[in-house]
Amino acid sequence: MENLIHLTIDNRPVSVPQGTSVLDAAATVGIDIPALCHIDLKGTCVKSSPAACRICVVEIEGRRNLAPSCATFVTEGMVVRTNSARVVRARKTVAELILSDHPNDCLTCAKCNHCDLQKLVTRFNIREMPYKGEQSSRKKEQTVAITRNMDKCILCRRCESICNNVQTVGVLGAIRRGFDATIAPTFDRMFSETNCTYCGQCVAVCPTGALTERDNTDRLLEDLCNPDKIVIAQPAPAVRVALGEEFGLQPGTIVTGKLAASLRALGFDYVFDTDFGADLTIMEEGAEILSRLKAFLGGDKNVKLPIMTSCCPAWVNFYEHHYPDLLEYPSSAKSPAQMFGAIAKTYWANKMGIPREKLVVVSVMPCLAKKYECEREEFKVDGNPDVDYSISTRELARLIKRSNIDFLKLQDEDFDKPMGESSGAAAIFGATGGVMEAALRTVYEVYTGKTLPKLEFHEVRGLEGIKEATIDLGGFPLKVCVAHTLGNARIIMDKLRAGELDYHVVEIMACPGGCIDGAGQPYHHGNVEVIKARAKAIYAEDEGKPIRKSHENPDIQKLYKEFLGEPMSTRAHHLLHTHYFDKSIK
Amino acid sequence: MSEFKVSSKALRATEEICHKFNNDPGELISILHETQNTLGYIPEAVQRVIARELGIPEQKVYGVVTFYSFFSMVPKGKYPVSVCLGTACYVRGSDKVLEEFKRVLGIEVGETTPDGKFSLDCLRCVGACGLAPVATIGEKVYGRLNPSDIKKIVTDFED
Repeated sequence: MENLIHLTIDNRPVSVPQGTSVLDAAATVGIDIPALCHIDLKGTCVKSSPAACRICVVEIEGRRNLAPSCATFVTEGMVVRTNSARVVRARKTVAELILSDHPNDCLTCAKCNHCDLQKLVTRFNIREMPYKGEQSSRKKEQTVAITRNMDKCILCRRCESICNNVQTVGVLGAIRRGFDATIAPTFDRMFSETNCTYCGQCVAVCPTGALTERDNTDRLLEDLCNPDKIVIAQPAPAVRVALGEEFGLQPGTIVTGKLAASLRALGFDYVFDTDFGADLTIMEEGAEILSRLKAFLGGDKNVKLPIMTSCCPAWVNFYEHHYPDLLEYPSSAKSPAQMFGAIAKTYWANKMGIPREKLVVVSVMPCLAKKYECEREEFKVDGNPDVDYSISTRELARLIKRSNIDFLKLQDEDFDKPMGESSGAAAIFGATGGVMEAALRTVYEVYTGKTLPKLEFHEVRGLEGIKEATIDLGGFPLKVCVAHTLGNARIIMDKLRAGELDYHVVEIMACPGGCIDGAGQPYHHGNVEVIKARAKAIYAEDEGKPIRKSHENPDIQKLYKEFLGEPMSTRAHHLLHTHYFDKSIK
Repeated sequence: MSEFKVSSKALRATEEICHKFNNDPGELISILHETQNTLGYIPEAVQRVIARELGIPEQKVYGVVTFYSFFSMVPKGKYPVSVCLGTACYVRGSDKVLEEFKRVLGIEVGETTPDGKFSLDCLRCVGACGLAPVATIGEKVYGRLNPSDIKKIVTDFED
């Protein structure tokens, strides 16, 4: 039994376990203390409470100064006031001082209506800016994935914390001091000159408009209105369980039908599905898993095991930048989005008689690193990319609103054929463990020649950072591991480098919880329940599908029959596989 | 992209300093102090060595180096000039003394003259408040300074 601490908050008795912060203790009795720098995605490793902003201050009896409730822990008999005049006044002053060095251009800010600082200003009833002084003029940068405007930075250190402690990428950090202090990439360079992976988790946690996505909506609007272009869409699995949030629906609402309808209403000529690409990925990656396993069992000492998934573009950037000596371990299979693009611009375009330069493939992704992935030279043919560009879930929502589409009133529609057909295995790609589970469903049946008695692999599901399981593959114990966040990926990679890894297959996703919490998703504002609801919806989507194994997708079977031949055939290799580069910054 | 070419000897010396402190990340400030004293400055290439040796992100080292004014990323001049901006000196006009040093040397605070002779910094109190305003050049202390003295002081060093 945990040691309970008894205290009083706003005259209410509270009992919480030892080690609870005053902020969390207050929440248990429905007292919502405002916080700004503090973020805690409970159940994941995303947590930052540097007590830097002082917004969450409270009055504690017997203590002279106000205490930051996010970083002050409960003690027996503590008496806390969260709403005394002194506290409320101090909190307002703190916010006003933050505003004194903020551009306050909220009307045109990319974060407008999603900004945590803006919400506090409304909540604190701030009606004027009492403090006027010098304004910081800091660096601005537009990368292919992330937009940086540090004038809007409030030095909350959330991005620094996630980049260093959660992702262990170690690019963002505080530099200089006093008024000159700012958060910057390594040696105050541009992101593009560092080992940044574009995972975008800094964007996902930034409370203001300092870090946002690179916006491609204007470009898309131009293409959609261009009569000389055929524009096709491919939304990722995680988009359909989160997009509804931008229109006021509960987290976890599945809007697959409305997603297809909205893309068609926007003017896409064909509305396909990245899930088709996910099924294709399983065919190729599954075949690669089997081929490495068979070589290993046949006594091949040089075979690289474990084989690692390669769908997540931030994870790919991570090993290219941080583990260039281990590039032979990840699968050579391209990501579902890139496989889709490669097939769309060859097989499908030929079938339809559409010249490559006329076809625009747009991916709708929960991700910002996908924007970078589109720009990779190896995914282009004569400079023409397989996937022209990517927009995030948030950008799609903005474009829907801008195009006068009443999302909630849309009737459900289906994706177009043939690249809109997909299995339940593809649907779960959006959650940590999903790619592994999808691969296991196919690998098991192909390897053993038997039908799986039970499709669900619950041991690889859930928010635990590193999950392990041993699967009985017709007598062979297949050891698998699933890790999410790049910090957990680093643990796995360090073990691999040290020769201490004993798995056959490893799945890695860069974002906490997988793509459902990707940096392009609607902002979670620190509420982990949002992510859990999306995960639940992903698995519900799988259960609702008539086909739940990638190799049973009839349009995938047809694609192999008509065009690709076998998985890992020469043509499949040419179109669906890639190679990796040492990109470490020396 | 390092601004200054650093000799391999300097990089080896940095490694040795790290080893002396058992490559302990908790000793970062001590390591930076000793590196600053040994090399006279801590350029990017040296910071990268320290980060690698201690197993911490380069950005963390850079953050500490840019936080403390004692650390410098550019080599100090042969004659490092420090103008005291402590309270006593400041109220007696050391800001004007500093402006005059900037004008005469043609550099800003934290910079070094192109010929490598002079570098300019400010500090807080050398414990000679009775002589305010005070500046030091190398080990030498100059007191009761007037902006009009600066030109001559600098010229004396140039010979």
